[in-house]
Amino acid sequence: MSASPIVEFREVTKRFGDGPLVLDRINLAARPGEFISLIGPSGCGKSTLLRLVAGLSPISSGALTVGGLTPDAAAAELAFVFQEPTLLPWLTVARNVELAPRLRGSSAAARAATSQRVLDLVRLGDRAGAYPRQLSGGQKMRVSIARALALAPKILLLDEPFGALDEMTREHLNEELLAIHASAAWTAFFVTHSVAEAVFLSNRILVMSANPGRIHTEIRVDLPAARTAETRLSRAYHDLVADVSRLLRSVEIAAA
Amino acid sequence: MSSRLLRIVLPATTGALVIAAWYGFHFWLDAELRFLLPTPGQILAAFRDNGDALARAALNTTEGALLGFGLAALVGFLLAVGLSLSSLVRASLYPYLMILQMTPIIVIAPILVLWVGAGLKSVTVITFLICFFPLVVNTTQGLVSTDRNLVELFAMWRASRWQQLVHLRIPAALPYFFTGLRIAATLAPIGALVGDYTAGSSDGDGGGLGFQAIIYNSQAKYPALFATAAVTCVLGFLFTAAVLALSWFALHHWHDSYERSDR
Repeated sequence: MSASPIVEFREVTKRFGDGPLVLDRINLAARPGEFISLIGPSGCGKSTLLRLVAGLSPISSGALTVGGLTPDAAAAELAFVFQEPTLLPWLTVARNVELAPRLRGSSAAARAATSQRVLDLVRLGDRAGAYPRQLSGGQKMRVSIARALALAPKILLLDEPFGALDEMTREHLNEELLAIHASAAWTAFFVTHSVAEAVFLSNRILVMSANPGRIHTEIRVDLPAARTAETRLSRAYHDLVADVSRLLRSVEIAAA
Repeated sequence: MSSRLLRIVLPATTGALVIAAWYGFHFWLDAELRFLLPTPGQILAAFRDNGDALARAALNTTEGALLGFGLAALVGFLLAVGLSLSSLVRASLYPYLMILQMTPIIVIAPILVLWVGAGLKSVTVITFLICFFPLVVNTTQGLVSTDRNLVELFAMWRASRWQQLVHLRIPAALPYFFTGLRIAATLAPIGALVGDYTAGSSDGDGGGLGFQAIIYNSQAKYPALFATAAVTCVLGFLFTAAVLALSWFALHHWHDSYERSDR
């Protein structure tokens, strides 16, 4: 692929104040549309890496470009999905989804059309008028994803979005997320603790090590592009999960 | 017996027992001391005899209580927003708010009368002073304890400070504001009564319940004094009920305090 990278890290380091190095010489180029998972022991800086891309925190040295711009200048191209659904409890589902476009001055008609479209994508079109507390954990996370999609982002940053959900719900949402990703063109950075999830979703998995945070190994996932629940039964999938798990365990033992 | 029925029967029984004990105690007292504890019947009679005066006084007190309460809600809310914007402002003003709260109103009431004049104005100011503190403290607390994750989300959206205040901090602080409002609602009629008691005036409107209490006391009309107390209770109850209704209206859609347990 010759497309220029949408996100590019060159020798990026990060430390908070005078503290220890959190990220050490990160080099990474993400192609448009790529789905990249970050996995590693806690303290390896994977969430910090997302926050750098989001411009929520400045880099300490090196160069980081997002769509050719600085992260701060590229903020409009990004959407973030947090571990918690972070919905505003006093707004209905539709109004939650419409809030960010509203803050950006989008018209009421455009907002309504967008929210209907993205809620249909996450199969919650019929719950537009509900309040968050009326939804299950999985549904809240779907709304959170719909809200991110409503910004029509070029890059979606997901920080352990399904970490708090049960296994079944998580697998369903993984499949839905991939289906939505296939129909759009955004690039995903996905932080997770689940090897199975990382293998199922990604084109590329970055296994990170801690103290300081480094990209330890980069693994290409050469499973077929169209993945379904069936994919989880395949030999290739299981081998990959086993390989990544072994690698991750060795990284974690080294860190301990 | 169903729990719903018990909820009616139990307090009714308590009430009946209290009234019976009340009568018992009244007649147990020596005859020349019985005036100290008028019976519920005598108090009811006092209502009948002093109805006009009590109604007028109640209206005047309500007016002062409403004005002071409304002013406290408005000023308290705005000041809380100001305090929430900067920890420097908070640090500069908080000690003096505390001092204001500690100042005994009864002591400064005579000065207030000199400043703003006796009657409704003084009553309003005193009610305001009593209601104001819980409103400021609670609302400020709410405005500065917004969920960190939501603040982060707004930062991610590059929302302006104003957008963050209007769309996030204020709605998130509403439950706290209503807690302050509920406390203030129980204080408002008492505040107005105290104000009226210390700074009231019969000029023009004939004074409020506090002023009426002074008159009945000086005339040794003790059943009427009890009736005045009862009217104040009812007023306090109405204030609280109104705020509870307002709070329900504003929060029941989304706030966990209105979560139905049978859902």
